[in-house]
Amino acid sequence: MIDRRNFLKIVSFGGGIYLASKWTSNLISQNETQKVPQSGLTAKRWAMAIDVQKCEQTPNCKECILACHSYHNVPEFNNPKDEIKWIWKDKFHNAFITQENQYLPKGLNHQTVLLLCNHCDNPPCTNVCPTKATWKREDGIVMMDWHRCIGCRYCVAACPYGSRSFNWRDPRPFIKKINPEFPTRTRGVVEKCTFCAERLARGEMPACVEACPSKALIFGDLEDPGSEIRQILAERFSIRRKPELSTSPEVYYLV
Amino acid sequence: MKLYDGWKIITGLIVFAAFFTLPIWLNLFSAQSKVKPRLVYPIDARQCVEDKDYMNHYHMDLLNFWRDSVVRMNIRYIVRNGNFLTHNGEKLEMSLTRACLKCHSNKAEFCDQCHNYLDVKPYCWDCHVEQKGSLK
Repeated sequence: MIDRRNFLKIVSFGGGIYLASKWTSNLISQNETQKVPQSGLTAKRWAMAIDVQKCEQTPNCKECILACHSYHNVPEFNNPKDEIKWIWKDKFHNAFITQENQYLPKGLNHQTVLLLCNHCDNPPCTNVCPTKATWKREDGIVMMDWHRCIGCRYCVAACPYGSRSFNWRDPRPFIKKINPEFPTRTRGVVEKCTFCAERLARGEMPACVEACPSKALIFGDLEDPGSEIRQILAERFSIRRKPELSTSPEVYYLV
Repeated sequence: MKLYDGWKIITGLIVFAAFFTLPIWLNLFSAQSKVKPRLVYPIDARQCVEDKDYMNHYHMDLLNFWRDSVVRMNIRYIVRNGNFLTHNGEKLEMSLTRACLKCHSNKAEFCDQCHNYLDVKPYCWDCHVEQKGSLK
């Protein structure tokens, strides 16, 4: 007959062994996943800097927008209500609506600036997504899984930068030339810039960065002190859109 | 034992059974069911990522696993025993359009054959594009 004291001893000892074995097997399996060979471009924190002055020298240039939108099968509806945009241009005073300095350098307010998803460090869009169709990756990219999007548009409402577009109509007939390497979207799905996650994985820079003829877009790892983006941010003064919302946007504007 | 109104009940049951199984009879004798799936396999490639039997039964699970792996975990290449799996010297991506369709280039002669026969409608092609950009 086992008495109460011995019973507790046996049970706690057995439980201890079980937990210990589980813990070590977890450690082993973690080591195994680390064996997956790495490929493509990786970073601790992807970010972008946009040289507004360089960009402004060619006001009619749309190379980055064309490159991005044709690569990602972004449809072109000739109706602003249906518009889908990943990267676009707008006036400085519209983009930086909370810049309240009355006397800015001459002409700055009417310059056009390039806008895209800010890939915030504290993204409000991912918090409201009910299906986890959008989330922040470990390298900082605010990613989307279009398979999971149910089209509730909470993220569209949550984004303070207007970076997300909703497919009100079937986009396919409105894509000029379909790129078969990249999927299109369907009606009822939200879409936005993904910092070209699929191109980074293949070792290529984002389509807009590659397409810019005046090299006004600088893309790199914000946590690598030797990266080009860190150097230019240390050299020149930069601003971000609506930083007071504490979303911590990761697209820097060199003004 | 006596079954009151027996003929009414029996006829009712027969009519009900016939009506309930109608879809089976309709499909059994329709012209469409006589068309058996005829798959065209690639001539130049002999080796798929998994064996034929596995692909026959579980390709949909494999594709779902690929989808989650690529989009959600950012693991994009097929790894076997710690090495990248290659095809014609290129690393094989976990991708419907960039891997499967490289060999099975004709969707109508491959995917659609069984899917039409079984009347399943996978929504892959709502977004993913058949090579050659032929979809419009």
